[in-house]
Order: sequence, then C-alpha cells, then structure tokens
Amino acid sequence: MTDTATQLKKPNWFSRLAHPGAFMSWSRPALWPLGLVTSVVFAIGLWFAFFNSPADYQMGETVRIMYIHVPNAWLSQFVYGIMVVASLGTLVWRHPLADVAAKSAAPLGATFTAMALFSGALWGRPTWGTFWEWDGRMTSTLILLFIYLGIIALWRAFDDQLRAARIVAVVTLVGALDIPVIKFSVDWWNTLHQPASIITPTGPKMPPSLLTPLFTMMIAFTLLFVLLHLVSMRTEILGRRAETLGRQAAAKLATVGAA
Amino acid sequence: MITGSAENIFIVWAYAGIGIGTFGLIGWVWLSARRVNARLKTLEAQGIRRRSAAPASGPSA
Repeated sequence: MTDTATQLKKPNWFSRLAHPGAFMSWSRPALWPLGLVTSVVFAIGLWFAFFNSPADYQMGETVRIMYIHVPNAWLSQFVYGIMVVASLGTLVWRHPLADVAAKSAAPLGATFTAMALFSGALWGRPTWGTFWEWDGRMTSTLILLFIYLGIIALWRAFDDQLRAARIVAVVTLVGALDIPVIKFSVDWWNTLHQPASIITPTGPKMPPSLLTPLFTMMIAFTLLFVLLHLVSMRTEILGRRAETLGRQAAAKLATVGAA
Repeated sequence: MITGSAENIFIVWAYAGIGIGTFGLIGWVWLSARRVNARLKTLEAQGIRRRSAAPASGPSA
C-alpha cells in the first residue's frame, strides 16, 4: 500500500474530531469542565476589575467599562473570523460540520457585537461627552452587527440547509471586508477612538495593572463563547436529526394513510 | 478598588446591561438545547428512530 493510500484511509486528528458523530461524543463530557473553568476565570476577572485595579489617570473609574467592552469588541471580530473559516470549510472542503459551526456562531457573534456597541456607548458618554458618533470604528462595528443579522435572516429564509449553507458562506466571505475596516479605521480616519493600544509593534501601551484584568476578562469571555458555541453546535446537529426523523414520521403516516 | 464617583452610574449600567445580555444568551442557548432534546424524545417515544441508532439509546445536548 502506498503512503498516499494510507493517508486517505487514516484521516488526521482534526478530521476525526470534526466528524459530526465524533464531535457529539467528545463535546458532551467537555461541557461541564469548560463551564466550571469559565465561571472561575470570570470570578477572577471581575475581582480584578472591581477590587484589584486602579482608576485611570485620565478616564478615572470609567476605565472599568473597558474590561467588558474590549472583550466583547474582540469577540465580535473573532467570532466572525470563525465564521469565515467555517465558510471556507463549506465552500472548499464541503466539511459536514462547517456550516453547523457557521450557523451556530452567528447569533453569538451578533450578541457580542451588540454588547460591544452598548458598553462602548456607555463608556463614550463620560469619556467623550457623547453616547454615539458616526466615526469609522463605531459605524463599521454597527455595519458588522447588520451583517450578522442579515446572515441569521438568510439562514432562516431557506428550508434547504445545504443550499442555505453555500449562499450564506459566500455572503460571509463578502462581509469579511468589514473586519479590516474596523481594525484600521482608527488609523485611516479621524476618530474619537484611541489608536491600537494592546496589539502594537512595540507591545501593549498599557500598564500591567490594567492589562491583567483586561486579559483575564478577554479569556473569560472567549471561554464563554467556546462553551456556548459547542452547545449550539450540538443543538443544531440534534435539531437536524429531529427534522429528519420528523420527515420520516410524516412519510410513514402518509404510507399508512395511502394503504 | 473602585471608589465613589459621579460617573459610577455609567459603570453600573454597562455591567448590568452586559450581565443581562450574557445571561440572556446563556439562557437562550440552554432553552434551545432543551427544546430540541424534548422534540427528539417525543419522536423516539413514537418509535421513530434513526436507522443507525441503538434501540435504547437517546442523544442529548
């Protein structure tokens, strides 16, 4: 047997884990430990945010809104990144779990984006004197929310999930153009937002006393997304099974009725 | 440690809103999973099973 034939027979670890049946097997026992770790990291992050971090010399106490705003803003783009990869999985590799991952991520991403806009508005009022400004960062993030909502609506518009998956995948890839606009809007246009201060060529421009709670909360929210995404993917797979079984039941009834 | 200031109302509203949003999202995901599980159980109680499923097994989220 050739090496190529052996590779064809033995899928890699990712393909094995991402097979829908295998996914259902390994994901279930992972949920409770993941939920526990997420809760602990959230508790540590909130303790840092309220009791073990200083007020900012410019923004004062309102800097604490950063610990919930930045994680949600990060997730609004990260979740979309997951959807882009899943869309490629649907269009290029036709992976059976790719459209399940993309569909399950969309409502989560929409919620994180809405929460980023909400917390940003409440941070903007005391810091800039306004809840909203039509600047590049805020407007492109609002557009991202509309893209998420459009994708969710598109999923619901089709009965044929395979057809919906391909159309939504194309729309998701086109919508990905908004992500670099959000990222670089602070450099391209005049904006109330400060330039990048965490990921910069010279490293973070924040003191560790502010970075520690921020990173802890970012990890907590990211773990929460992973947990909710796993549960949503399982629900989507089981929902499709239920739909198939429902059709079988209807066909069975039709056969009995005809006889 | 957080200290008293006139701007604390914005911090309270921001954390309250994010708390409601986060728990709302968790609740929605949990209820969706429960609803699908209940539907599958109902179908299986009617004797409708996947061809590949073992006779006594029942999937759950």
